[in-house]
Amino acid sequence: MIDTKKIREDFPILSRKVNGKTLVYLDNAATTQKPRQVIDAISDYYSMHNANVHRGVHQLSQEASEIYEEAHKKAGKFLNAKNPIEETIFVRNATEAMNLIAYGWAMHELKSGDEIISTVMEHHANIVPWQFAREKGIVVKFADITEDGRLDIEDLKEKITGKTKLVTCVHASNVVGTINDVKEIGKIAHENDALFSVDASQSVPHMPVDVRKIDSDFLVFSGHKMMAPMGTGALIAKKDILEKMHPFLGGGDMIREVKLEQSRWNDLPWKFEAGTPDVGGAAGFSAAIDYLNKLGMDNLRKHEKELLKYGLDKFSGLGGVDIYGPTDPEIRGGVITFNLKGIHPHDVAGILDSEYGVAIRSGQHCAQPLTERLGQNATCRASFYIYNTKEEIDVLMEGIKKVKQIFRK
Amino acid sequence: MSLDMYQENILDHYENPRNFGHLDKPDVKSHDTNPLCGDTFDMEIKFSEEKIENIKFSGHGCAISTASASMLTEKIKKMPLDEVKKLDAEDVKEMLGIELSHVRIKCAMLPLKVMKLGIYEYMDKKTQK
Repeated sequence: MIDTKKIREDFPILSRKVNGKTLVYLDNAATTQKPRQVIDAISDYYSMHNANVHRGVHQLSQEASEIYEEAHKKAGKFLNAKNPIEETIFVRNATEAMNLIAYGWAMHELKSGDEIISTVMEHHANIVPWQFAREKGIVVKFADITEDGRLDIEDLKEKITGKTKLVTCVHASNVVGTINDVKEIGKIAHENDALFSVDASQSVPHMPVDVRKIDSDFLVFSGHKMMAPMGTGALIAKKDILEKMHPFLGGGDMIREVKLEQSRWNDLPWKFEAGTPDVGGAAGFSAAIDYLNKLGMDNLRKHEKELLKYGLDKFSGLGGVDIYGPTDPEIRGGVITFNLKGIHPHDVAGILDSEYGVAIRSGQHCAQPLTERLGQNATCRASFYIYNTKEEIDVLMEGIKKVKQIFRK
Repeated sequence: MSLDMYQENILDHYENPRNFGHLDKPDVKSHDTNPLCGDTFDMEIKFSEEKIENIKFSGHGCAISTASASMLTEKIKKMPLDEVKKLDAEDVKEMLGIELSHVRIKCAMLPLKVMKLGIYEYMDKKTQK
């Protein structure tokens, strides 16, 4: 069982004060806090092992290379990749991974008139790179959502044609929380001879995710949303696709042989990792995966589901509030997106912060098309992680009541 | 500090914004958004000689940005363009009469930015003629 009190002791930041109040951090969909184990791993790397990787024969370089490769292996295994090291490419974040797919795969493999289908419920990271692809004549379409914020599978099916080469969608929405049935969506893509790409930024940190069960061709996520340092993330992709793919960035470490006329690429995954990588970040990434494995991803999901149920229940008792997305916790991650009628989200978040030390997100959550599809200009979002408690949700509720009082609602 | 922001006059301007709506045949229309929070404002301005003859705004924003737009449109009506051009963050702070954090100053400044976009567009048009 999860001992939240004990877990909280691992996170130094959770005991700091904000505006004189103990921090209540409910902005985990934006980024999560880091446990001591991760902070120590970064410090240990720079204190004891720092050297450039894949270059020197000396002891430190070997140690750094081992740490870096081990991190790939751990991340690949965490997602159950068939070839954990070769199929795991480290990037700065999920956004970079999406750009890698767009530049390395779409812009080389696709021709004018070919189609990519994304959805209206995507983070900008799964929209804007495909807009770049339009410059090559690639047609980009967006599948719609249902009124309760789930992907409209029928609309997706209707949009697929013989020219569709890629279906790309979010696993768990950072706005409405919806957990999409990616196994089913992937099946539809493959039946139509299209590849399938998944933005798993909001699922990998919060629930068990298995790339072989999903049968994703590409799956991307950020490390910083799962306790790892900022600047870490990964693309997990099938080996045969990566082998045929064009590199994204050119330079050091990604080459096998360089002649002035042309070069040959390095083996996977290094072919896609040009330049000196963030090895300290990778050490932290490793430590975060160890930490999550120790807790157990099923336990994380269970804890967040309980918080979600508790929070949704508290919200339903309030008047003058709209909640967005499905209300069934079975198909929703630990995210509650809401608006207080007649009060702008920025004012809600501002008062919660200054009066209660509660950190929530307000705005469009890097998903402007979805926010607009919901008929809103902006929304408030409280998002949970393993260290959050029901007592913290109570503080949030107290704060919301105060906001309503100030605005005479 | 924050609750001081939500003074009676700020809330009043938020709930009953002045000069909210549209003008008949404005000389310029300008528009901008704050990508952080999704606030978006449109300004429509009519000029007479070198003065702001009339101004209306539309769009949506938080209490601070809406109050700022409302107060600003009141403040600059009939004001000579030379004076309007000189308005800056200090003037906006003084006008609102509240303390603003680094983030919230961006809310407060958006209406002035949109208004200046309109004024510069009008001046450009004039010089091109």
